[in-house]
Amino acid sequence: MVHFSLPTLVGKAFGKNKGWPQQWSKPEPKKNYDAIIIGGGGHGLSAAYYLAKEHGVSNVAVLEKGWLGGGNTGRNTTIIRSNYLCDESARLYDHALGLWEGLSQEINYNLMFSQRGVLMLAHTVHDVQVLKRHVHANRLNGVDNEWLSPDQAKAFCPPLNISPKARYPVLGAALQKRGGVARHDAVAWGYARAAAALGVDIIEQCEVTGIRRGADGRVAGVETTRGSIGAKKIAISAAAHSSILLAMAGIRAPIETFPLQALVSEPIEPAFPCVVLSNTVHAYISQSDKGELVIGSGTEQYLSYSQGGPLHSVEHTVAAICEMFPIFTRLRMLRNWGGAVDMTPDRSPIIAKTPVPGLYLNGGWGSGGFKATPGAGHLLAWTVAKDEPHAINAPFTLERFRSGRLIDEAAAAAVAH
Amino acid sequence: MNAYRADQGGRVERGASVAFSFNGTNLSGVKGDTLASALLANGIHFVGRSFKYHRPRGIMSAGTEEASALLGIDRGQGRYDTNIRATTQELFDGLKAESQHCWPSLRWDMGVLNELGGPVMSTGFYYKTFMWPKSAWEKVYEPIIRKSAGLGRAPRAFDPDCYASRYAHCDVLVVGGGPAGLAAALSASHKGKKVILADEQAEMGGSLLSDTGSLINGEAAQAWLASALATLVERDNVTVLTRTTAVGYYQQNFLGLVERLSDHLRVLDADLPRERMWRVRASQVVLATGAIERPLVFAGNDRPGTMLASAARTYLNRYGVRVGNRPVVVTCHDSAYLAAFDLANAGVGVAAVIDVRDDVPAALLEKAGRLGIEVLGGHTVLAAKGGLLVSAIVVAPVQAGGPARTIDCDALLMCGGWTPSVHLFSQAKGMLSWRDDLGAYVPGRYAQNARSAGACDGRFLLLEALNGGDAAGAGLSDPISDTYTVAEETHSSGISLAALPTSAKPARGKAFVDFQHDVTIKDIRQAVLEGFHSIEHIKRYTTTGMATDQGKTSNLNGLAIASEALGRPIVDIGLTTFRPPYTPTSFGVFAGYSRGDLFDVTRKSPTDRWAEQHGAVFEPVSLWRRARYFPQPGEDMDKAVARECKATRASIGISDASTLGKIEVVGRDAAEFLNRMYTNPWTKLGIGRCRYGLMLGEDGFVLDDGVVGRLAEDRFHVTTTTGGAARVMAHMEDYLQTEWADLNVWLTSISEQWAVIALNGPNTRQLIAPFVEAIDLDKEAFPHMAIREGKIFGVPTRLFRVSFTGELGFEINVPSRYGLAVWERLMEAGAKYDIVPYGTETLHVLRAEKGYIIVGQETDGTQTPDDVGMAWAIGKKKPDFVGKRSLERPDIVAPNRKQLVGLLTEEPRTVLEEGAQIVAEKSASPPVDMIGHVTSAYWSECLQHSIALAVVEGGRARMGEALYVPMPDTVHTVKVVDPVFYDASGERLNV
Amino acid sequence: MLLIKCPYCQQERAEVEFSYAGEAHIERPSDPAALSDAEWEAYLFLRSNPRGTHFERWYHIHGCGRYFNAVRDTVTDNFVRTYPAGMPRPSVHDIDDAKT
Repeated sequence: MVHFSLPTLVGKAFGKNKGWPQQWSKPEPKKNYDAIIIGGGGHGLSAAYYLAKEHGVSNVAVLEKGWLGGGNTGRNTTIIRSNYLCDESARLYDHALGLWEGLSQEINYNLMFSQRGVLMLAHTVHDVQVLKRHVHANRLNGVDNEWLSPDQAKAFCPPLNISPKARYPVLGAALQKRGGVARHDAVAWGYARAAAALGVDIIEQCEVTGIRRGADGRVAGVETTRGSIGAKKIAISAAAHSSILLAMAGIRAPIETFPLQALVSEPIEPAFPCVVLSNTVHAYISQSDKGELVIGSGTEQYLSYSQGGPLHSVEHTVAAICEMFPIFTRLRMLRNWGGAVDMTPDRSPIIAKTPVPGLYLNGGWGSGGFKATPGAGHLLAWTVAKDEPHAINAPFTLERFRSGRLIDEAAAAAVAH
Repeated sequence: MNAYRADQGGRVERGASVAFSFNGTNLSGVKGDTLASALLANGIHFVGRSFKYHRPRGIMSAGTEEASALLGIDRGQGRYDTNIRATTQELFDGLKAESQHCWPSLRWDMGVLNELGGPVMSTGFYYKTFMWPKSAWEKVYEPIIRKSAGLGRAPRAFDPDCYASRYAHCDVLVVGGGPAGLAAALSASHKGKKVILADEQAEMGGSLLSDTGSLINGEAAQAWLASALATLVERDNVTVLTRTTAVGYYQQNFLGLVERLSDHLRVLDADLPRERMWRVRASQVVLATGAIERPLVFAGNDRPGTMLASAARTYLNRYGVRVGNRPVVVTCHDSAYLAAFDLANAGVGVAAVIDVRDDVPAALLEKAGRLGIEVLGGHTVLAAKGGLLVSAIVVAPVQAGGPARTIDCDALLMCGGWTPSVHLFSQAKGMLSWRDDLGAYVPGRYAQNARSAGACDGRFLLLEALNGGDAAGAGLSDPISDTYTVAEETHSSGISLAALPTSAKPARGKAFVDFQHDVTIKDIRQAVLEGFHSIEHIKRYTTTGMATDQGKTSNLNGLAIASEALGRPIVDIGLTTFRPPYTPTSFGVFAGYSRGDLFDVTRKSPTDRWAEQHGAVFEPVSLWRRARYFPQPGEDMDKAVARECKATRASIGISDASTLGKIEVVGRDAAEFLNRMYTNPWTKLGIGRCRYGLMLGEDGFVLDDGVVGRLAEDRFHVTTTTGGAARVMAHMEDYLQTEWADLNVWLTSISEQWAVIALNGPNTRQLIAPFVEAIDLDKEAFPHMAIREGKIFGVPTRLFRVSFTGELGFEINVPSRYGLAVWERLMEAGAKYDIVPYGTETLHVLRAEKGYIIVGQETDGTQTPDDVGMAWAIGKKKPDFVGKRSLERPDIVAPNRKQLVGLLTEEPRTVLEEGAQIVAEKSASPPVDMIGHVTSAYWSECLQHSIALAVVEGGRARMGEALYVPMPDTVHTVKVVDPVFYDASGERLNV
Repeated sequence: MLLIKCPYCQQERAEVEFSYAGEAHIERPSDPAALSDAEWEAYLFLRSNPRGTHFERWYHIHGCGRYFNAVRDTVTDNFVRTYPAGMPRPSVHDIDDAKT
């Protein structure tokens, strides 16, 4: 692997930039692997990287049916934060946030991780109660999150409308300063490059069509569009397609797939310094380094893999943005797209062993998976390597839906009752 | 008269001068100009700077595909727009345009220094550096990158404009008003179909607007256009929308069209919306969206003065503007000759036509010869020279070794073939298919009821456009009819090139693919070298096609270059997805009317106006606004609430509870239905009695609560929480309709039918007694938790004797239209009892003093009945109810669940913060083991002590225990107590 | 915006009149107490979540107020058909017929 740095850039420039190696190689699939990870998004690629780096398991293949990072990794609004309410969630997401800090240097790829602060708005008395509950719980969990008055929120985010006459006035906000954004595509590419350098095979255009099991019930390998591949262990990390892959192993999951839309504006000069989320009006927004305002909406109501959504949802999201930031009405939408997210009943993920020996699941991240990328991969790698969960992901089982030990961030989020 | 304005021709009015300014210089154009045509008429090509290298850029097109000529337009009063394509902005008197992304000026732009770093700033360079030291990314590098990025100025002021929207339905929606679209609209409307015809330009006509030679059915093209339009406008079943862009094509033939109503006007009418979103549902869609000419990729192809050949022709024929006095044409396609011929015919000295092809069609050569135009077949361009305007090109034979030659010019017109505009087809989920002969994708399999006609379908002849549109509009099974004739039209053909061949070794100068993002052929090749092989990866790594034009002119060239670099056919590397909107579209028009007060519905109770007149402070509660408290002069919330609480417990408080959800449950099996929906038993509830009902989700967690009154054996009046009304109704209907359809029950939402006035306090009975008819108010005859029907103030009422405060209480339900009148009468009559209106805040304090929960405050969707101390509300003998089975799951019956308790602070005046966490150990450093949290906390004026409700692990076993509430700066000590703080025996209720 | 045919109103109406109500043909067990935790979990939470033909429920909340079933393709979002609640699940044959 060529080390990326300014001297390298200068050196390659002298060679007319014709001496760059492939960032990740393009091997043919081998007959057998110690572990196969299904899904070449940020989560799967980081799991492969940590398997090789921290567990010495490098006979690993990542199978991607399309192009790396083409699912939710390349479609999300890149928000990173860890100020979750439940202790289990706060530990999980803060573990990820800790890994984000320093990740660019570790994998030698500038992920443009920018801790510019994430502001979550309270518009009702109920929102205030809920977000303050977050702030207190986070503080005691060692997760930074602080309460801002409307004026303080305005000072932190000048375009914010804090008029008390607004239909949903801003009554305050929770701010996580360590939260921020990162360049989503770079996360997939950076992990792919780092994993490939450690010997991981990254195989694109390779769709898994079946999961083979031995007579003992253990997984034995996968059938793919590029042939049959053997594996001792298989981890599913395929976001919206979790159910489809689990079904190949005969598992019905507490997961459903919903569309989610996002959009960007035309690029403008720096106008928006942080990230703002509002659950009550269903919109979130930040500005990319390129200058585009990046805006996300809530999920659609119906199950769908279409990766598209209706006009009226986009209209609502943009209206919410104009309501919070009225000076943005003349900006123009440049591009609007959809993704598909896998939702669990308690809106928390599953990173766990499955009832099938040798089969592991990392899924159910809903709309919140990007922020967890390093953490999810790290914990999945641990779980696969040791065949048991790390303490942090131990609560995120499939069994919790049977026993009733839910980790209900949905209830804890500002869902008005 | 403008220096570059031709003496005649075009559709502009030369006599009507229009003044405008560009970067502070006063200029003039004429009526009918676009900003671009007016600038060109003044001889101005150089208008902007590119994104990365800040290279000088000119006007490259005459339409929405423009990637370079993006300007800021300032109309004052907050009307500042960035990234406006000069090619689509209609000129109006007083228009002020300025260049963007340059400092200190367009001509002297410091940003050009970026180009010095050129080779080091190779594609994706920012992923490979700026990482050391770690903290420098956010402190140093990112701010510089952010500042240097972003094309347009950030908005600084409120937008005074308003935006409109409307729905429309039609039989046939025709997108595009060129020949194909017009023919489609004509044939569809002739058959009586309801037609909407939309075109993005100010005038219908598309390519016909710059067509000076064709004859349609023997008539000059523009004359045919005029009569076709007249016919359409006359027909009642046709809606013609100009300045209207179909921005998005959604499911089931639903399209969003944006009509621009005022951006072209000199004077703005305050009542005129700026834009209107048409949400159109069409039985059939005819796509007649035309095609976009492709630029050629060669070194220096971005010098100002370089533009698409068809654009030069449009400027000449439509706007009467010569784009230069000595243009040179570079092409690999026949169509560019049309521009050369038209220019020559207008007296412009065309320097040469450089045609990459060896075999130039004889007819073209012959005509060029007649016009005195030199044609260099089999030649390529090695470089374009010039600074702020192209001054010469260096050409040489394609076959290496031939002598290079420099040709002076002041404009460079290029044509790399045509790309059908399949954006909408693709948005509609149609499958594209590749046409090798066109070097382009065309519509393949349709996913919705739509057809394409004309150039967007890969049919470039005018004849094909007309007859294709005619067939599509009429719904013929053939793709083409024979309704129209066009005289002397010849097929235009060409070849497709990834880039112009060059013998220069190594190739000198930058050859641009994406003009706005400064993506060069080398960038794409480098991306491929680095392993980015999917077109999506190439796009994202190089940012080609991601600028404000979304790759309208660059995508296919990019694909072709990648395909060459990979040595694989284009179809193998995929195609990036076409996303809405087709062109950048204002946020305002997406928001439409949903701004300010209209952003969301505001529901108001019958006494809302009275509350407003009496100084109430409101709060939003779900869609409602509710009075939170009624401050008197000088009072803040705490003081007002203390007064309201005291007055209520002392005499009478009155509040509006109309927002509660209300459902009438009627039928033979009504009690059985409620048995199944609520945890409580209902069968034995007496007629005229009420019971508190607790509703669970099937997951066993508390979903809602409310009082249920039995009006008759088969009739119940159910109340729900304010926010839960619709959810509970849907929940009940769901079970009734789909699980227990055999039950004889009807559900009717009556939330809107009844106003509810809650009276609480020891004197309430005395207050209402004189005005109540047909109800015995005696405490034995009408006990606590009872309901009676009768009249109050002569108005029908369902009178509940219930209390959410712990005082003697009545909830007076009257038909909504009488709500305000009854309220006012009660206020009048209550004056002698010092009646006090109170809002939600006092309500919350009074109920917390009694330990009554609020669903959504004490609960968050994870509490069972036992968790909130309501195991008593479960009908033990019932075999089943919704959620019962879930209560037996292992982790639900596990010990140490969080339970509802009361908390008293050690320091009585300290009011805890709602949401604060509770710990067992006073001093601990994070992560701390949290055992619960404060759900409600208030100052109790009546108890002269702060009170709080909380959920705490194993809380009921901790009575009397000291626990701690850590705050950032201090730790409060609290004592766990019973959640009922006031009148635990309930004496005050039963009076 | 989806266009949904309410089988009771016999009209195609805009999606905003309806609310989605999850997978169809999941019958509530008649005696939940008799179920194991695993069986109860299956009823409560486990869903087929198919990529393709999906049987689902919609509630005509701003219309007639009735729940009904629909067959929809979750990749194209095209409705194959809608039918009243309580009707049996259409066969593959019926669905193919409706698609053509």
